[in-house]
Amino acid sequence: MTLSVSNLACYRTGRLIFSDQSFTLDAGEAVMLRGPNGSGKSTLLRALAGMLPFEGDVVLNGVSLGNDHDGVQEQIAYAGHLDAIKPQLTVGENLTFWARLFGGGSIDDAVEQFALAEIWDRPAHACSAGQKRRLGLARLVVSARTLWLLDEPTVSLDVETTARFAAIIKKHCASGGMALIATHIDLGLDTPREIMLDPNVVQKSAPSNDPFLSEAWE
Amino acid sequence: MNATLAILSRELRLALRSGGGAGLGLAFFLMVVMLIPFGVGPVPHLLAQIAPGTLWIAALLACLLSLDRLFQADFEDGTLDILALSPMPLEGLVAIKAFAHWLTTGLPLVIAAPILGITLNLADSAYWWLVISLAVGTPALSFLGAIGAALTVGIRRGGLLLSLLVLPLYIPTLIFGARCVTSASEGMDVMPAFQLLAGVTLFTLALTPIAAAAALRMHMR
Repeated sequence: MTLSVSNLACYRTGRLIFSDQSFTLDAGEAVMLRGPNGSGKSTLLRALAGMLPFEGDVVLNGVSLGNDHDGVQEQIAYAGHLDAIKPQLTVGENLTFWARLFGGGSIDDAVEQFALAEIWDRPAHACSAGQKRRLGLARLVVSARTLWLLDEPTVSLDVETTARFAAIIKKHCASGGMALIATHIDLGLDTPREIMLDPNVVQKSAPSNDPFLSEAWE
Repeated sequence: MNATLAILSRELRLALRSGGGAGLGLAFFLMVVMLIPFGVGPVPHLLAQIAPGTLWIAALLACLLSLDRLFQADFEDGTLDILALSPMPLEGLVAIKAFAHWLTTGLPLVIAAPILGITLNLADSAYWWLVISLAVGTPALSFLGAIGAALTVGIRRGGLLLSLLVLPLYIPTLIFGARCVTSASEGMDVMPAFQLLAGVTLFTLALTPIAAAAALRMHMR
């Protein structure tokens, strides 16, 4: 199980966010994605999840994102800035829905690891930001995917929960999983590798193939 | 199958909980139709004449009310991203969501319509065809609306734009649906209009998942 990325470049609204990113993740590895605000960490994670157009090659376990979009997406769990929680549903209903949709992961494990039992019956709109975040991250466990793409996962988590979450990432990696984590804090993982993204100084514009955008920025 | 049921039951639950808007369409339908006799005046033969068109137009507008949240809510809270990564293809997701919209918006209208027919003095012979034409026609309203909702998903306050996009597409369904009921009330042959109505619905059911999923992909990439 490997993720190999070569010469990855991303443009957004015709502006180059980053280019020439090449790295690999091996099975059992958690890699930190670092860089100042605006350096393209979120963009890189979304591109790897197949949710943004990109240039370059992304190959996950022998499947290329360019050729078999769905084949790659089926191996990925993504946790972004938004928790994807429905406020009208209870914590339990939210988690059960994701578990039934993805199939494969254990709800009991997720509840135990993220300490959700005490808020199980609470409507999600009555949860604190940290509790919502815990529920959002619990989705990673119930979806049972190989590669975790995590965008600032520890925002609004307390110290204890952050440590608990680091342990969950370790457990995921120990069972052969991979994680790419954009974060500013030290998660306390054992000797994690880091990928640095530099803010792009040269504001290169993209060769746009959008007929409505061409020459719009000249 | 499990994933299909999971999405369907979640959609129904969300629609029926507070802020879901399931009852909104029905209440709007009731209000609009009840207002017509006040506006037109208590002239039974006139009301009977405009009843089929009035009921169909009111049903069509009621369907539009809750369409703008069909994908917008999921887009705003990040659910749509996660659904895109799920084993359920976006085409399937669109079909399930549009079907759930019909169950919570279209179906109540089908059930309430004959009762409202009485207030408009609808001809006795037309009641069955009113129910049948709405039952066959309203799924097309939900599914066509799903295309509009997918196209306007990233746009703030896209509700009005959605109406402008979708209402012209509703015209064939409106014409053939209302024609069904009018023909039945005048004792004419209903089948030509009904077959065209059913044809429009079948075409829409086949086209919508592909069109709306393409629109959603465009917004997410």
